Amino acid sequence: MKILVPVKKVIDHTVKIRVKTDATGVETQGVKMSINPFDEIAIEEAVRLKERSIAHEVIIVTIGLETHQDILRQALALGADRAILVTAESATMLEEFDSLDIAQILKLIALKETPDLVIMGKQAIDDDCNQTGQMLAALLGWPQATFASQVTIESGIADVAREIDGGIERMAFQMPGVITTDLRLNQPRYASLPNLMKAKQKPIGTMKMSELNYTPRQRIVTQTVFNPPKRQSGQTLSSVSELTQRLFETLSPSS
Amino acid sequence: MKALVIAEIDKHSLKQATFSCLAAAQKLATTVDLMVFAPVDHALHTYDFRGWSNVILVENITCETHLTAEAMTETILSQASTYDSILFPATMFGKNIAPRVAAQLNVGQISDVIDIESSDSFTRPIYAGNALAKVTSSDTVKIITIRTTAFSPIAESGPSSKKLTCPFLMEKWQKRVWVEKREGTQNLRPELSTAKVVVAGGRALGSAENFQLVEKLADIFEGAIGASRAAVDAGYAPNDYQVGQTGKVVAPELYIAIGISGAIQHIAGMKDSRIIVAINNDPDAPICQIADYTFIGDLFKVVPELIHELTTRKRYG
Ligand SMILES: Cc1cc2nc3c(=O)[nH]c(=O)nc-3n(C[C@H](O)[C@H](O)[C@H](O)COP(=O)(O)OP(=O)(O)OC[C@H]3O[C@@H](n4cnc5c(N)ncnc54)[C@H](O)[C@@H]3O)c2cc1C
Repeated sequence: MKILVPVKKVIDHTVKIRVKTDATGVETQGVKMSINPFDEIAIEEAVRLKERSIAHEVIIVTIGLETHQDILRQALALGADRAILVTAESATMLEEFDSLDIAQILKLIALKETPDLVIMGKQAIDDDCNQTGQMLAALLGWPQATFASQVTIESGIADVAREIDGGIERMAFQMPGVITTDLRLNQPRYASLPNLMKAKQKPIGTMKMSELNYTPRQRIVTQTVFNPPKRQSGQTLSSVSELTQRLFETLSPSS
Repeated sequence: MKALVIAEIDKHSLKQATFSCLAAAQKLATTVDLMVFAPVDHALHTYDFRGWSNVILVENITCETHLTAEAMTETILSQASTYDSILFPATMFGKNIAPRVAAQLNVGQISDVIDIESSDSFTRPIYAGNALAKVTSSDTVKIITIRTTAFSPIAESGPSSKKLTCPFLMEKWQKRVWVEKREGTQNLRPELSTAKVVVAGGRALGSAENFQLVEKLADIFEGAIGASRAAVDAGYAPNDYQVGQTGKVVAPELYIAIGISGAIQHIAGMKDSRIIVAINNDPDAPICQIADYTFIGDLFKVVPELIHELTTRKRYG
């Protein structure tokens, strides 16, 4: 079984982001970047399936820039076998892709690589869209299992526990299909130094966007990015009876 | 302009999220249809449609039907051609289906909309709500998920309610994808995403037994229970209690955060609450910066005292 894991480079989750003064986006200059945390969980799940000999190959793909090689090396150090980098002509072009563009490009990669399973993050923590996995499944005509917190693979069937609004849903699909990961699927490992060294020998195939013959849509366009309204800071209370009083005030109909 | 709203339901009712979506849809269209995936008889007898006209009930659904994203998408697509926009609540339910519908229509999708400026311009949070983006869409059909806390639900609109039907299209998918079972969290409390009061607990609670402190406090307010990711990961609370960037988004009248530090990912899910109360032993915890009332102290001392005072005051006025 072959698993394809799409990943995205995003501002690290520990960084406090700053909106650019010209309101075109968020400052990325000199800011720590990492693999999207949900994608790390996807890589981990794929690698575990390989370690249990359920999968024989784990392929990472990212749509990005030359400078995104680093996250691919990182993914390879975590145990993936090889990686594909699809480069956009420019950073601006990359920013203008919407989720459907990315899903369309991933579809072309999937048609080339013919994986049995795609495992990817449920959302990227930059645009918080939560769309690409579902879109990719639809474009390929495949079933999907989103927000997975447990995955079991047996005789061509993926059994998935999904985190839904009211609890857990257990569902299954006939492969091939797309799984998107939730936080509790696993705890990703750290790349060890020897594995980081070994990852340097692993192949990264690079192709230009233009080689794929796909014209981006650029239909959903970000016009401005701005700061949300700030909450006023409040009061520190010093006794439980004062706190009780405030709680009563908050909930009394006249407030 | 014509819009279609996909209803979020449970066994007993159309959820509040549905009525918020209808309110949002009214900003986009003059005619708004509501599609309901439930057994027709059950829907007609049990659900309060608030007098909404133009309800589309999906036929041949029983309690045993596998309501998969794939089959629901096919069904929605079979009706999609006359609509300028299709709206879903931005809940796990809506997020599961909306992108699939969009991709099959070859249009983009706009997630978590908090404001509708015009039929093609929307505001949505990015970076866990630390920034807002105004986006425009030039797609012919707009597929949108609605941050339901940002739109007041529609009120009762009258007695009449036109009901149409359409078939559930599952043949293509039923051998390829199926639901085995749903393990619902047993819950007699108000629903987390629409409750007036939410009492939430974090890592500091330390165990599932201690988490009952949070439950007891919630009981007094007849409120819902929330949790941080750390509390859920540690098994103190079920997954559907998680509030935050990747959990539920709530905006109650009162949010009490107990032993929660207020990481950006948590704040993303509750910062639009009207009054925020933080109980924490660390005055520098980020939650204290956004709280209206902060109480610095050991939760294991403060919360029992608070429960005691509240019950006494409630009893004796
Ligand atoms: C991709 C990603 C997505 C995430 N999504 C979410 C999400 O949706 N929701 C979410 O909540 N988190 C999310 N997180 C996790 C988030 O970053 C924090 O790790 C988490 O919210 C911390 O939970 P906590 O506040 O309970 O724990 P901690 O940060 O450990 O805070 C515990 C707090 O309790 C206080 N405390 C300790 N003992 C006591 C005591 N005896 N009395 C009173 N106070 C005490 C401490 O001072 C501290 O402030 C996400 C993280 C990532 C990377």
